[in-house]
Amino acid sequence: MTNDISVQMKGVTKRFPGVLANDHIDLTLHAGEVHGLLGENGAGKSTLMNVLFGLYTPDEGEILVNGQPVAITSPATAISLGIGMVHQHFKLVRPFTVTENIILGLDEGSPLLDLKAAERRVAEVAEQYAINVDPRALIHDLSVGQQQRVEILNSLYRGANVLILDEPTAVLTPQEADDLIVTLRGMAEQGKSILFISHKLEEVMKVTDRVTVLRGGRKVFEALTKDTDKQQLAREMIGRQISDLERDESAFVMALAGAGEDLGIEHHDVGSSQKQAILTVSDLHVKDDRDLTAVRGMSFVIHPGEILGIAGVDGNGQRELVEAITGQRPIEQGQVWLEETETTKWSTRDYINHNVAVITEDRQKEGLVLEFNLLRNAVLKIFDRPSFSKNKLLKFNAIDDFTGKLIDGFNISTPNPQVEVGTLSGGNQQKLILARELSQSPSLIIANKPKRGLDIGAAAYVHQKLDDERKRGTAILLISGDLDELFALSDRLLVMYEGQVLGILPIENADIESIGLMMAGSSRSEIASNRSS
Amino acid sequence: MTAISEQIRHIKWRAIWRQVYPAALSLILALVIGGLLLLVSGRDPIAAYQSLLSGAFGSSNRFTETLVKMTPFLILAISVSISFRCGIWNIGAEGQLILGAVASTWVALSFSFLPPLIILPLTMIAGIIGGALWSGIAGVLKAYFNANEVITTSMLNFIAVYLLAFLVNGPLKDPEGFNFPQSALIDSSFELPRLLEGSRLNIAFIVALILVVAAIMYWRSTVGFRTEIVGASRRVARHIGLNVNWTIVLVTLISGGLAGLAGWGEIFGLHFRLIEAIAIGMGSLAVVVALLGELHPIGMVVSAFLFAALVVGGNAMERSAGVPFALVDVIQGVIILLILARSYIFRARAS
Ligand SMILES: Nc1ncnc2c1ncn2[C@@H]1O[C@H](COP(=O)(O)OP(=O)(O)OP(=O)(O)O)[C@@H](O)[C@H]1O
Ligand SMILES: [Mg+2]
Repeated sequence: MTNDISVQMKGVTKRFPGVLANDHIDLTLHAGEVHGLLGENGAGKSTLMNVLFGLYTPDEGEILVNGQPVAITSPATAISLGIGMVHQHFKLVRPFTVTENIILGLDEGSPLLDLKAAERRVAEVAEQYAINVDPRALIHDLSVGQQQRVEILNSLYRGANVLILDEPTAVLTPQEADDLIVTLRGMAEQGKSILFISHKLEEVMKVTDRVTVLRGGRKVFEALTKDTDKQQLAREMIGRQISDLERDESAFVMALAGAGEDLGIEHHDVGSSQKQAILTVSDLHVKDDRDLTAVRGMSFVIHPGEILGIAGVDGNGQRELVEAITGQRPIEQGQVWLEETETTKWSTRDYINHNVAVITEDRQKEGLVLEFNLLRNAVLKIFDRPSFSKNKLLKFNAIDDFTGKLIDGFNISTPNPQVEVGTLSGGNQQKLILARELSQSPSLIIANKPKRGLDIGAAAYVHQKLDDERKRGTAILLISGDLDELFALSDRLLVMYEGQVLGILPIENADIESIGLMMAGSSRSEIASNRSS
Repeated sequence: MTAISEQIRHIKWRAIWRQVYPAALSLILALVIGGLLLLVSGRDPIAAYQSLLSGAFGSSNRFTETLVKMTPFLILAISVSISFRCGIWNIGAEGQLILGAVASTWVALSFSFLPPLIILPLTMIAGIIGGALWSGIAGVLKAYFNANEVITTSMLNFIAVYLLAFLVNGPLKDPEGFNFPQSALIDSSFELPRLLEGSRLNIAFIVALILVVAAIMYWRSTVGFRTEIVGASRRVARHIGLNVNWTIVLVTLISGGLAGLAGWGEIFGLHFRLIEAIAIGMGSLAVVVALLGELHPIGMVVSAFLFAALVVGGNAMERSAGVPFALVDVIQGVIILLILARSYIFRARAS
């Protein structure tokens, strides 16, 4: 690692109405290092990166690139200064190929398009950084992880020396995240500087050389990764001793920070109990958008007070399963029951009216209306209930109170409930969805990656909430690609592969390794026979 | 919680100001540009605007005339604003107004033997239905066949204009009308009562004001909320189980019904017969008034009033100062441009 400084941010300050998002932040980025940026939800990480990428103009402070003071007024300036950014929501044109996307808007020196030559150049760059993508593949055939690689390649092709990645692993499967880490290390070795935002301390320890922690818009800590550890980072982010937190919460935080303490969650043994199931799915068949069968003959039940975890690599039919059992997608064959009622033909409204809570995968496009304020988003699904409307007129006072409770209850950081939800930090948007969905005493919760984008404190809180719900007797379907999360919470695990149930087993009988193998498609008997041989 | 509601009240004023000042700025800029044009063409802008002002407000009669003009502008603006806030770019107010006028006139002429107390509500309903059916065509095409409403509503405008021309030159032509393209007069007992002696201001103006209150209530209702959710994101709306297609149809029906009601007001309050020019230019004015009023009921009261003054005053200015009425069209055009540019300009400034 050389010590050349590639970017220096000095005293960067950015204010939004009612919020000091960045308060005189200094950040020094060296060539050849992966620099982790940590902090709670709303700490100001994304804002700082958006300033560096020219999406926001700072109110104060200066930025030096290779020792020269620069004014980064737009992403185009940032790119010309060798700064690239991979956003969480990819900006790719889906019907185009990888190469077409990369050369889009670039001046290739000649008015005629030589696609073959461009493909060759893209392939060269990909090879140099060991990024595995086919330059001729169409974007909509690529997985999320592959699309992210295209975005990285895109920046590199434009000559980026500094690459900003805002929560890149939040959308990846554990395997894809590992691949990304290898890619990033390789890039750092070739002298690139990388800014890496993540809430997962494990991977921060693995990939970064140096870390900076923000809290409440200020920089509170910086260290070489090798000189610090997860517990210290967690402490710096939260800003107090973990032992000061409520006991339950601290146990979760420590567990999430990888301190190895036992979570103390009692897993129920309900598999054999006689209790009436809350959700029964039998022989379910569902088609995806391309009219291919995505869920083929799944059957399972969830009992009251039970968390059924669904383990599976993304794209194995989880989305279609969730949509089918929430009335968003027609069921081709099979049945769904809520307690004693058959709900196979229910509409989304029916499910909402029966208090089935859904934590959606794509909060920005499905769960929230970004241009509405918090008040409206808080009652988005339930505005027509008697508590919030009378004679078809909305009860604004009741909505105010309710929203205030959600904000307090989930510690959502916002200047006031009237701001557009789009201005909240990613984690705070997720908190609003969770607060809303858990507020109506649901009988069934369908949680698709509920922790996505949450800081460790909030993630711990969500775990605790789900655990409370379970104790209350709620049935919970938890979908996640994160095995640690699944193991921490589930009572039983269902491994899903290509739309089928590969196996359902009580958590005591599951071990991470064989579940991982099953997720990749090996059946249990295969694993067993491999072991014995 | 009192703290929060106080906070909200405080914020509301700021939010209102944020909404108002770009609109005011657009208007002032448009007037300045209009003035410059006058200067370039060798006229005195001050004198021209003076005659415009006195034309619109110079006497009580002129002032009420401004309110008379304001009535259809306001009703049409409310009509299109409901569509716009649902993300439906309905530019068919003109055609819908015509259909409302045709339907209500036809009822009045065909059932002239009925007493006014029955015929007035009946014609009103006929006007609403006429407009709603016309817009409903576009609504159904959009909801169920994904047809672009900008195209369908403007096509329906053409059809309505030619239909009207056909009717007043053919089946509905006044046999004693000296061959003018117009229908027979409705029975004078059907005319809407005047509000002031000697002015043309009539009950239709009160109807418009009632509609403003109704619109405010609409946006505070669950239906209004649903409208805005569908307008903001069809995908979210589907995800939370709203019937998107039905909402689109419902909103276009409401819009068209209101436009039809404006047509009814024009016939029974002003013209008392179908004339060919009943809706000329009204469609585009409705859009400008709605946008300048930020699609907000109160905002549209202000902008409808301003535009009515501009039109009434512009006519007077043409007569007295010899400044062509086209100046008003220019101002209108500049305002449209500024409004379109505004979201871009102000967004760029905000970040
Ligand atoms: N465009 C904006 N307008 C107003 N406020 C904003 C805007 N963008 C961010 N904020 C506010 O600035 C603060 C910092 O937000 P930022 O997105 O930088 O947080 P973050 O550290 O990335 O959090 P997360 O981990 O949740 O993504 C938050 O309080 C947020 O509400
Ligand atoms: Mg962020």
